[in-house]
Amino acid sequence: MIIRGGIVYDPANGIFGEEIDLCIDRGRIVEDAKGEEIDAHDLLVMAGGVDAHSHIAGAKVNAGRIMRPDDARLGMEQATAVCRPSTGYTVPNCYAIGYRYAHLGYTTAFEAATPILESRHTHEELEEIPIIDKGALTLFGSNWEVMQCVRENDLKKLAAYVAWGLRASKGYGVKIVNPGGGEAWGFGANVKGIYDPVPNFDVTPAEIMKSLAQVNESLRLPHSIHVHFNNLGKPGNYTTAIESLDLFKDIKPSRMRQVVHVAHMQFSAYGGTSWKDFKSEAPAIADYFNKNHFCTMDIGQILFGSATTMTADAPLEYGNAHLLHTKWSNHDIELEESSGVVPLVYLRKNPVNAIQWAIGMELALLTKDPWNVILTTDHPNGSPFVNYPEVVSLLMSKVKRQEELSNIHELASKRTTLTGIEREMDWCDIAIMTRAAPAKILGLEDKGHLGVGADADVAVYDLRPEEVDPSTQHDLVKKALAVAKYTIKGGVLASRDGEIMAAPVGRTFWVDASVAKEDEERMMEDLKEKFDRYYSIKLSNYMVQDAYVPNPVVIKAGALPVEEVAP
Amino acid sequence: MSGQEMKTRVEEDVLCSFCGCLCDDLVVEIEGNKVKNVRHACRLGASKLMGHERIRTPMIRKNGKLEEVSYQEAYDRAAQILVNAKRPLLYGWASTVCEAQKKGILLTEMVGGILDSTATVCHGPSILGIEERGLSGATLGQIKNRADLIVFWGCNPAEAHPKHGLRYSTNVCGFFTPEGRKGRKVLVVDVRQTRTAKNADKFIMIATGSDFEVLSALRMFVAGKGEFVPEKVGGVPKEELFEAADMMKAAKFGAFFFGLGITHSRGRSKNVGNALALIAELNAHTKFVVMPMRGHYNVAGIGQVAAWETGFPMSIDFSRGTAYFNPGETAACDVLSREDTDAVMVVASDPASNFPRGIVENLAKVPVIQIDPYENPTTLLAEVVIPSAIAGVECEGTAYRMDGLALRMKKLVNSPHPSDEGVLNGIIESVKKLRGTEAEAKAPNEASA
Repeated sequence: MIIRGGIVYDPANGIFGEEIDLCIDRGRIVEDAKGEEIDAHDLLVMAGGVDAHSHIAGAKVNAGRIMRPDDARLGMEQATAVCRPSTGYTVPNCYAIGYRYAHLGYTTAFEAATPILESRHTHEELEEIPIIDKGALTLFGSNWEVMQCVRENDLKKLAAYVAWGLRASKGYGVKIVNPGGGEAWGFGANVKGIYDPVPNFDVTPAEIMKSLAQVNESLRLPHSIHVHFNNLGKPGNYTTAIESLDLFKDIKPSRMRQVVHVAHMQFSAYGGTSWKDFKSEAPAIADYFNKNHFCTMDIGQILFGSATTMTADAPLEYGNAHLLHTKWSNHDIELEESSGVVPLVYLRKNPVNAIQWAIGMELALLTKDPWNVILTTDHPNGSPFVNYPEVVSLLMSKVKRQEELSNIHELASKRTTLTGIEREMDWCDIAIMTRAAPAKILGLEDKGHLGVGADADVAVYDLRPEEVDPSTQHDLVKKALAVAKYTIKGGVLASRDGEIMAAPVGRTFWVDASVAKEDEERMMEDLKEKFDRYYSIKLSNYMVQDAYVPNPVVIKAGALPVEEVAP
Repeated sequence: MSGQEMKTRVEEDVLCSFCGCLCDDLVVEIEGNKVKNVRHACRLGASKLMGHERIRTPMIRKNGKLEEVSYQEAYDRAAQILVNAKRPLLYGWASTVCEAQKKGILLTEMVGGILDSTATVCHGPSILGIEERGLSGATLGQIKNRADLIVFWGCNPAEAHPKHGLRYSTNVCGFFTPEGRKGRKVLVVDVRQTRTAKNADKFIMIATGSDFEVLSALRMFVAGKGEFVPEKVGGVPKEELFEAADMMKAAKFGAFFFGLGITHSRGRSKNVGNALALIAELNAHTKFVVMPMRGHYNVAGIGQVAAWETGFPMSIDFSRGTAYFNPGETAACDVLSREDTDAVMVVASDPASNFPRGIVENLAKVPVIQIDPYENPTTLLAEVVIPSAIAGVECEGTAYRMDGLALRMKKLVNSPHPSDEGVLNGIIESVKKLRGTEAEAKAPNEASA
């Protein structure tokens, strides 16, 4: 296949809007190819989009579907010759997730949080999502074995457990959510800060985060630790964010990437002491990211309208439900985590929501290097992923932002700096924030770019970058990005002008890290006791069997030469 | 391994395919190709795994009598019935694995039918309650390790989920609960003194059909508005309910389990909604979780699979080419009571025994296809009978425990019969064949799954 004449933005390879023919053979970008030709003359061409943080599969997503038949009815689409029926808006069914990412020109998405114990379920859903490649980040932040290793200051044993946990969950990376808080929530409490000890476990969130970061690097995992900070969603929490970030300053990355990725920064960039004097501290956060390069973030933009919040930060969800008097689901997971789901609506005239919206924008626009700040809505917490084109068009147009600011609660202008921000992103910034940087941050070498050897995941948009001025013609930008002209996944034309042409099966990435046998044996002693006494299932029934990941891409990691390692 | 050699082997950590407890600690002795003995299971589970008289071959009813046919003939006949029907109902799904359920959903989409599960006559109202309120839940191990108060309301695990107390709730020892039963309180609310009630620290017998009122009274006490509670609610003196509410507030970690006593007594989904609201409100005082006591081992699974595949957990009508959900209109009993379905496929369940009589009479009026390892009263109504392997004994696959935890069922012995998934695949192929090119243009592409 050849994609002819497109205006290509491939910042990872230093290509910024050049007319290039792209050749594809056997699912990869190659030097030269024959066969089907796709006419992309003068149109915007980028690598397939990569979503590094999205809640697309697993128990809490399904809990959202089950408690929200109202949401399912919002997105009903009929079956076609290729497609199964679609439903849902904030919590679409599995098929709709695949089709809608393809319509956006996205070809990869990572589920942001799976407890090890419930990963079988996560993979059952991931497997049903068509077209896109995917992976899942495994939760370690309130895990009893993790806390035991941290308390004993035995980082080798912790590394053995993390490697084992990734294998058991067929997970891709280390996710930490409100460290220690999930355990405290077991008795309805929470941790209040990074030095507040976890009840009954004699470790602090700071120790958990720092130890996991060290172990992540000793295992040379492709992705860094991926953290949802303590106190997320609370006024004044930017100090917790900065305090947490400082923990990782001296840790050396084992690969060419960050040592910590901060999830949905918007929810952790809050000033004030209560909802009454709630304000933005995004400039302080952006300043930190401008001065330090060991950390990256995704913005977690909120958009006005319906959302379904879902997170392993269970106390936060209880707080949401209590504050908003809405329905609430909670799910505690023995020895590992807790989680919650609360539907909500972000309102233009609500001062807090208006400020939250502006904070997301500030973070993206004030952080100078787009490689350090990637686009997400923390789907479906801030807004469903189908609304990414709205976020992009806002980032590219000050006019559009001012229009929105004049429509929303006035405190968004008074308690944030957004009104004064002139920056308008260009296509290069957008290509980085939506493809190149998320792929680099995740450590996906063949994604997010269009160099020879890369996965043939390509998006062609019905927009002439040399003619359209995104600043004033932001409506054209939004329209073009919402429905890709062509989305090619692994060399297969998956979507054309909003119609699914083919629904190839996607692959699932997971990481198999090796550790020293003696460390693993020591760790297994602990685990055996935990399964004998505390888990409600047998160790032999715990690990996700191969049958659940029929199309795996296994990334090898670990610090040791092959012959010394446990299988 | 040939049957004659009669080698004995032992499988450990086997999952039980009886109830929603999905115990995974069974030890099964197998001789040749037969389950010889089942250890660590309750009587119900052991008898399920040991098995009994099976349907031997596929059958089609001719002149009123079931006659043996080949699998292919049975698939073709089943496909013909489904394709010719205007609004087929594909029902059951609770006692099979998720892999079969997925195929069932695909087949229902292809024939534009209605898919419903046994939850409709079981915990369906619980799901409606969850839609209204959400559910504050936990895995069973969380309850084992932490709960110092167990509430059983309208359920009788001593007889229906015999290992529940030993493995997960009342009697088990855990991290924060090293004393087991001694360190816990047990509160039972029911309309009669069940065996479960005999093990309780406090038993409250309420009048039949008064669950909603009693739950409301408890909510009033929890909210500190006890002065508005009448002197007697559901036949129970006010002071007794005050004590119960106090017991719940005083717990460090409470777990509230409920059964059909709530879901199928007067009030149904509203009872559940009220119970869920009570639990949510208790969380302002302490930690409390709630869980429906699911019956069949994988009835939770069909709800999960249907939700991720269609967006809805049950009662899904595909006649418009998309998924439509409206219990009251699209549940199995709704369409059967209105005689609004003209063919029924029953998979891994027995509606003839469990549906109300009038509805079973309507069921008998339409062609019925049955897929099941065992003969049951539904067989007597069936026009096509297709025997299948027993999931969790003769074939592997996924099941969801009552707390939503997915586990993998094991294959212990070989079966002469195809799995439910295999049978459904056979019917799907026959439907495609029957539809020919027309079907290819219309039917969803399986590859997209």
